[in-house]
Amino acid sequence: MKSASTITRRLDALYEFDREPVAERKLQGPANFLGIYSGEHIAGTEYVIGPLFVSHGVTAPDFFLGLLVGNILAVLSWAFVTSPISVRTRLTLYWKLRKIAGPYLTVAYSLVNALMFCFLAGSMISVSATAVGLPFNMKMPALGDMLPNSVGWVIIVLLVGAAVTALAILGFEKISQFSKIASPWMILVFIAGAIAVLPNLGVASLSDFWRVANEKIWTGVPYQGQSKFTFWHVMFFAWFCNLAMHIGMSDMSLLRFARKWQYGFASASGMFLGHFVAWSASSILCAAASGSVAPGPIAYLGAGVAGAVCVVAAGWTTANPTLYRAGLALQVATPDWKRWKVTLWAGIVTTVAALFPALMMKLLDFVALYGLILMPMGAVIFADFWLLPRLGLRAEYAESKQLAFSWPALLAWLLALALSFALPYEIFFKALPGWFIAVACFVVFSAMQQKLQRSQPSPVNA
Amino acid sequence: MKLILKILSAVGLGLTILPSMLVFSGAITWQTHAGLMVAGMLVWFATAPGWMKISRS
Repeated sequence: MKSASTITRRLDALYEFDREPVAERKLQGPANFLGIYSGEHIAGTEYVIGPLFVSHGVTAPDFFLGLLVGNILAVLSWAFVTSPISVRTRLTLYWKLRKIAGPYLTVAYSLVNALMFCFLAGSMISVSATAVGLPFNMKMPALGDMLPNSVGWVIIVLLVGAAVTALAILGFEKISQFSKIASPWMILVFIAGAIAVLPNLGVASLSDFWRVANEKIWTGVPYQGQSKFTFWHVMFFAWFCNLAMHIGMSDMSLLRFARKWQYGFASASGMFLGHFVAWSASSILCAAASGSVAPGPIAYLGAGVAGAVCVVAAGWTTANPTLYRAGLALQVATPDWKRWKVTLWAGIVTTVAALFPALMMKLLDFVALYGLILMPMGAVIFADFWLLPRLGLRAEYAESKQLAFSWPALLAWLLALALSFALPYEIFFKALPGWFIAVACFVVFSAMQQKLQRSQPSPVNA
Repeated sequence: MKLILKILSAVGLGLTILPSMLVFSGAITWQTHAGLMVAGMLVWFATAPGWMKISRS
């Protein structure tokens, strides 16, 4: 128990600087959010997601319609779920969750989050490695490769992993700034690469595009061994690929700085300039590369050296902050370790994970799993903020009663996950029912908890 | 000074995107397009840090 309270104190200390709600003078205008969202949603992994849709045999109408609807739903989730709570509380997810779920459960959530961050950063290192390996004629991982496929791959991944880890230890802020500067250039590299290969696919004028899109890019025929994707797969993936951020509420940390809740709509810049354009471009590049899904080679095919640099930069700039955040979260479990040592271990875990191409080739499934695991705590925050007061129940109960952890929140998290996994649907379709399960569980258990508490005589009266 | 940097940055982005359109129309070869994109990349990264500033907090 003593070690648990030590961990809690350390976690509190790490987030001390943002313990208070954001002050009025620190609030920001809409342009800043447009810039941040468009920058954060151009990552190296976008070079994998488009080709994976192609490999799963999506048709052109399903691809574009699915992206359109899914992205709109994602923007609406940021605007109507995350943003209103963010601007009313002006707290980070950590501090809001701590009030509702108690310090111990918040620590557990942070550790799970850190582990997920490590795997996510690992996939970005894998992506970068496919570009770094180009001049060395490295054997590229194929769609079915789950294990390291060559000594060359292992060496390159270890080198990239070491570089990313070293940079995460040395300085996070400058890399973060570099990422923001790189993003306008990166989106143009995606677009330019796709335009340059269109003639190879038989597109001589814009009027040819739709025919070629149906016949050669999004053909509707899955690659051997791949399941068939429909409109629903594309729509739910586009909606939920950032599930942890919007419905999972982790973007409270960003949107708490918004002057108005409507700034949640700024996420449209990331969804449409970022995901929509980048996934379309990388799909075209995959088709031009005769179905290759390795990001380095397909980017080089479209944009030459600039394309390869773009893959390295996109993978590196997103892996670094991810690794940094993982180190930050893991630091709570290692009270006597310095930050560099924790980040080093997070980097080792991340690099080992990156050795397995499965992480990159099964990215769609992993991203869906990542969101699903973290989403129930977002549902708990939503229910606590909007539903409990309307039902005559007390919100932020753990804080008001000085509870170490909230069993309604814990049960809501675990039951939502257990029941979601038990549902006979593919991973992409589990999160939506899972959210309703989490909300229902938390409301019912909170009512039980508060009723039980009321029926017990208080120690003072006893 | 900032205005000059911004103009140069715009040139860098232009060198990134416009050559692909010229490849598409058949006006230049893929090799020329790839070379111009490298030039665009260098110009962008040499000039953009001088005027771009976006903060997350």
